[in-house]
Amino acid sequence: MASLITCPHCGVRPREEFSVRGDATPVRPLPNASDEAWHAYVYLRDNPRGQIREHWYHEAGCRRWLVVERNNVTHEVVSVTDAASKTAGGAL
Amino acid sequence: MSLMRYSALQIVKQAFAANRGWKPVWREPEPKPHYDVVIVGGGGHGLSTAYYLAKEFGITNVAVLEKGYFGSGNAGRNTTIIRSNYLLEGNEPFYEFSLKLWEGLEQDFNYNAMVSQRGVIDLYHSDGQRDAYARRGNAMKMHGVEAELLDRDAVKALLPYLNYNHARFPILGGLLQRRGGTARHDAVVWGYARGADSRGVDLIQNCEVTGVRRDETGQVTGVETTRGFIGCDRLALATAGNSSHVGRMAGLELPLESHVLQAFVSEAIKPAIDHVITYGASGHFYISQSDKGGLVFGADIDGYSSYAQRGNLAMVEHAMEEGVSLIPGLSRLRVLRSWGGVMDMSMDGSPIIDKTHIPNLYLNCGWCYGGFKATPASGLCFAHLIAKDEPHYVARAYRLDRFQRGLAIDEGGKGPQPNLQ
Amino acid sequence: MTSFRLTSGGLLDRKRKIRFTFDGKAMTGLEGDTLASALLANGQMLMGRSFKYHRPRGPVTAGSAEPNALVTINTGGRAEPNTRATVAELYEGLSAQSQNRWPSLSFDIGAINGALSPFIGAGFYYKTFMWPKSFWEKVYEPLIRRAAGLGRAAMEADPDTYDKCWAHCDLLVIGAGPTGLMAALTAARAGARVILADEGFQLGGSLLSESLAVGGMAAADFASAVLDELASLPNVTLLSRTTVFGWYDDMVFGAVQKVQKHVARPLPELPVERLWRIIAKRAILASGAEERPLVFGGNDRPGIMTASAVRTHLNRYGVSAGRRVAVFTNGSSGYRTAQDLAARGVEVAAIIDPRAQANDAAPAGVRVVSNAVITDTMGRKGLKGLLLERSGFEEVVECDALAMSGGWSPVIHLACQRGARPVWSDEAQAFLVPDVGSAFRVAGSAAGHPSLSACLRDGAAQAVALARDLGFAAYDADIPEVEGEPDPSFSPVWYVTGAKGKAFVDFQNDVHVGDLGLAEREGFGFTEHAKRYTTAGMATDQGKLSNTNTAGILAGMRGVSQAQIGTPTYRPFYTPVSFGALAGAAIAEGNRPVRRSPLHGWAARHGAVFVETGLWNRPGWFARSGEKSWRESMEREVRAVRENAGLCDVSTLGKIEVFGAQAAEFLDRIYCNSILRLPVGKARYGLMLREDGIVFDDGTISRFGQNHFLLTTTTAYASQVLAHLDYASQVLWPNLDVRLLPTSEQWAQLAIAGPKSRIILQRIVEDDLSDTAFPMMAAREVTLKLGVKARLFRLSFSGELAFELAVPSSLGEAVADALMEAGREDGINPYGLEAMDVLRIEKGHVTHNELDGRTTADDVGLGRLMAMQKPDFIGRRLSTRFGLTAADRLQLVGLKPVEAAKEMKAGAHLLKQGAKPSMINDQGFVSSACYSPTLGHFIALALLKSGRERMGEKIVVWDALRDSEVLAEVCPPVFVDPDKLKQRA
Repeated sequence: MASLITCPHCGVRPREEFSVRGDATPVRPLPNASDEAWHAYVYLRDNPRGQIREHWYHEAGCRRWLVVERNNVTHEVVSVTDAASKTAGGAL
Repeated sequence: MSLMRYSALQIVKQAFAANRGWKPVWREPEPKPHYDVVIVGGGGHGLSTAYYLAKEFGITNVAVLEKGYFGSGNAGRNTTIIRSNYLLEGNEPFYEFSLKLWEGLEQDFNYNAMVSQRGVIDLYHSDGQRDAYARRGNAMKMHGVEAELLDRDAVKALLPYLNYNHARFPILGGLLQRRGGTARHDAVVWGYARGADSRGVDLIQNCEVTGVRRDETGQVTGVETTRGFIGCDRLALATAGNSSHVGRMAGLELPLESHVLQAFVSEAIKPAIDHVITYGASGHFYISQSDKGGLVFGADIDGYSSYAQRGNLAMVEHAMEEGVSLIPGLSRLRVLRSWGGVMDMSMDGSPIIDKTHIPNLYLNCGWCYGGFKATPASGLCFAHLIAKDEPHYVARAYRLDRFQRGLAIDEGGKGPQPNLQ
Repeated sequence: MTSFRLTSGGLLDRKRKIRFTFDGKAMTGLEGDTLASALLANGQMLMGRSFKYHRPRGPVTAGSAEPNALVTINTGGRAEPNTRATVAELYEGLSAQSQNRWPSLSFDIGAINGALSPFIGAGFYYKTFMWPKSFWEKVYEPLIRRAAGLGRAAMEADPDTYDKCWAHCDLLVIGAGPTGLMAALTAARAGARVILADEGFQLGGSLLSESLAVGGMAAADFASAVLDELASLPNVTLLSRTTVFGWYDDMVFGAVQKVQKHVARPLPELPVERLWRIIAKRAILASGAEERPLVFGGNDRPGIMTASAVRTHLNRYGVSAGRRVAVFTNGSSGYRTAQDLAARGVEVAAIIDPRAQANDAAPAGVRVVSNAVITDTMGRKGLKGLLLERSGFEEVVECDALAMSGGWSPVIHLACQRGARPVWSDEAQAFLVPDVGSAFRVAGSAAGHPSLSACLRDGAAQAVALARDLGFAAYDADIPEVEGEPDPSFSPVWYVTGAKGKAFVDFQNDVHVGDLGLAEREGFGFTEHAKRYTTAGMATDQGKLSNTNTAGILAGMRGVSQAQIGTPTYRPFYTPVSFGALAGAAIAEGNRPVRRSPLHGWAARHGAVFVETGLWNRPGWFARSGEKSWRESMEREVRAVRENAGLCDVSTLGKIEVFGAQAAEFLDRIYCNSILRLPVGKARYGLMLREDGIVFDDGTISRFGQNHFLLTTTTAYASQVLAHLDYASQVLWPNLDVRLLPTSEQWAQLAIAGPKSRIILQRIVEDDLSDTAFPMMAAREVTLKLGVKARLFRLSFSGELAFELAVPSSLGEAVADALMEAGREDGINPYGLEAMDVLRIEKGHVTHNELDGRTTADDVGLGRLMAMQKPDFIGRRLSTRFGLTAADRLQLVGLKPVEAAKEMKAGAHLLKQGAKPSMINDQGFVSSACYSPTLGHFIALALLKSGRERMGEKIVVWDALRDSEVLAEVCPPVFVDPDKLKQRA
């Protein structure tokens, strides 16, 4: 990773085509969830050393948001999936 | 623990003794079972905290635990810039306090950290950027800090080698802080270490903290380490880059993400760049020249979560594009080495120096890529907090709960996305 | 003048003479020479001065790790300081200058530092220069800076160009010596796509200077034969002059190719260097081994080289390092050099061997002194002799060159760039590469294989394994025989005790054994501390020559093994890489693409002066003849809009179409204001927040159908808003039926503003534009009289009666022309960004000057838009936090100077009258300011603490940065037509 990302829609593409948003783990709370839940969602991060899930955006490609599962110590990528195929989302 | 006084005379004296009389700069003590204060992290901030705890607050039963060697983290991986050109009320007084400490540092700890106030120039490239720098410069002046808004001709006179005729983004002027500059990063670490050691602080390298022990009431009683349990009355964390990791041992979840920032040095050349120059148009770039002759420079963080102390080629190329675009004369010079540091990127780009909800646990983290210049003030303010249990006046905004309360100190206005800070 | 060219031999074209200059002196070399070999052929052994003590130095290697022979090549924009003469390919007209000396290379004042060396040992500067305080910057630091550094940068623009490319392969072989050639051949024969890259200008590596026969032929001929076969294969790419400098994630390798660095006159159509980004499925590191210098007193005199460097100069370049050469060796390398020298008729003074006995054969008649060391050398600018010590007896040996061999250090740099710690091997007496994964393997002498035959075998074997791994049917090639191979073993000698002069470990940085001892005594025994304190290993070779010796010496001082000492981390770059090559073509005007509106040509025809705004070039103002400044043009344009009509290009606004059954619901969650009940055919101003409750961007939302919306964003935030909406639709609410389509570039958009805008517009539009038929905020498709469909919006940024007309980009210029024609009699003027900014400040409309990433909707007076009754929208929950609703927040106000003639500028701060400037007293700042032609004085928008409660207060506009203090009155932030009568007309 970080040199090349295998986009599930476009194939192997260079890092320059993507922008990164950050941790993909936090799920947006329901509107009436507690203040603590909202604070945690917007501000707190596990930030572990090792395996993480991160949101990458194929900005200069298919414009899909991807979940890149990877190791932030070795920079090895485990999987890249379309974010919409995984997330349950918040309120509908 | 007598401190060997460094001076020109001492150098002459030792030279005639074939330099065999120099004493170790610090001891290598075995850890004691208990300390009043244990500081985790033997970087600039941890060591300066220990130094000021001993010197300013008389607390000397202190240990600094370092998993590797002193200065092995970001203290030795930065671009050595010092400055106090901040905009916000939460920041400017703190960084100015730090700059003032830099100005007296060498005499204070009798070690030449090569503080060089050669001037920091932030270039602007549009009217909007000029206005933003004017706002910042006036904020500095409000706090009594000198600042100068330079027009294009004034910049040209100072920096004749910039690209004025073929720039993609025209150089319209710059904000100059003459008191800004650089310092020798390793010397800062060694100077603080030497000063702390001579006042009785135990500096312990090769000692990694593996756990935080808390008693049934929840308060911290000590740390598990690779060299055994070490008890303490107060535990202070200064492990930027790894704050989340160490914080988690105590049960803290922090508003941080770890990111890698690359830095670079060129082959040594004769003096060519006499200032610190920062450039921010479509990309970001900053450069200065070390006393040894290497051009020291950097650009943005790589942008993804990382604990690896290395970055990738895309950002290397980006940094060089910005560099050659700004200074065409760099083209035929060669870059010698690149490295990466792991940054605590916080949710508003500003640091945290605060107590936590866990009794006896004190926190110093979130320095993003601006921690080096803060080293003296960070240490003094953290020491103040640990010693007096209340924040130092200039660091009072760096609270951990500021996000909950809607009091972010968002110098860049980027919002809660760490990789944009 | 003791080094000289032999009358025959070497891989040179003796018929092709090449003229060049060194420090202005004309010299001649041969095709095939490096600058160093050519200098040696001209008797010029002295090539540089060291960093700290300015000691005279000659080359110590014949390769890319050279620490001493650094020169500046060329002048002006092509000047390249610190060029290693040992790898610089000679070309006709090359001019080289020596460095770090004054006034001349042979007489250098700086050499006085050598005499001062007891005072200026490692880290001396940390201990002094502190008194008096002001002297550091004024006196000491400038002196240190001037003394330090090596070459001088011309700091001029480079006249040449650079290029970049990507390449993909199955196997990248790094290094084209015996190991690399066998690896490439084996994999290529199996059908793998192979890239073979080598830093040399001739492929072949050590085979080019090898005197042993390989496969029954001269080693260089064997290399040629292999290269001929590789060149004939379509699946092989041979890259000479190409240094692989970095190993990055995902098996991406960075390499730099010298395309025209070796030619007298570079062709303008070709780059001088090319950056390769090579994506390799597998890679083999065949970078060989570096011969270690021996550390003994006076080991840095010009004429002292590694034994292999002497051999390479002799065998490959036909140059002898001296007329009488001594050898100091702890293994076979020195003996081989002695044999090669003797074979070419060069006198060998003696072989000095610290070992008690050796199996190596000396040339006939050459004296071998076993159990002996060198403790000192003589000769200032060139070696004259050495002091040999054996069992306490000293003897002077006269010689003019010395070949030294301290064993071999595998070149493991690339494989250890990613944090892998080199591991000490007792067997190899060197640091080796630990396991760095199965895709990148180290082979040959880089992996510690000591002999040529082992390298040939290992190269083939590793390639077989990797090729099979990729599914190729690979087989071991026939491994050629190497005849008469000596025993390659050596006994390490880390440093020679009893040195009389300085024993250098890192030549370039002048770090000697005494410095390491001092570091150890002072507690800097950690390898990284020792490196940083003494600067050993921080020279341009990144410690390739010195690190192993440093570890050996520190281990000896501490009484531990090298395994415990370790060696500093290697980082990119393998060898230094030019800024130019890494930057490529994306520099100067080409640094970023230039974006131009579809109306760029139209604007240019009307005299637009363009300004950079982000990536866009937009019309700042439209200069007319006779107008002397931008302000004059701006004032005319503003008056035209307020009195008649103006036409402005707003094509750069971001445009996003939103479709889907739940498009309205989606947008209702995106904007803080209510969207659900926006009628079809209408537009609305909209404000987006970030999730933290701060304003993100503003724009308009137009509804074209029940399930079809068009959004506009600000120019600057177009891409961020699209990313944000994509995130919301794909990640936050993937189940909502909504589709987004960015159409920013599809439309040319024109704002027609002013009292006469309707009349003018009606002349080109079929549809009825009367206020009843096309009221405020109407947004619909209309038909132009040109016969095309367009989108028309009744929106006003200027506060006048105004419309925005969008047409397909290709029609933009024609429609703009038609509008100019239609409005000619009514005084229509094109207007630019400056006028637009003034018009909006007069109306109190905010931009990102006010929405600076720290302001809430309420701060800028748009709190009424926040539809808190909606169950959810982005930013809703966190917008109510204490800090975002505090009473003393900065709020948007207007400012009018009390004295009409006074000027206010954006960036000024605000102070209460009589208050002392301080951060506590800071009341806010001016976000936007301009001269208002409509009002005839300066006006400003400002963010002021509790501003809305302070109308009528007199406040100081404090601009100390520009020496200005102006008293102003706080007023509502709308200066013109507060009741909106004009835009409703």
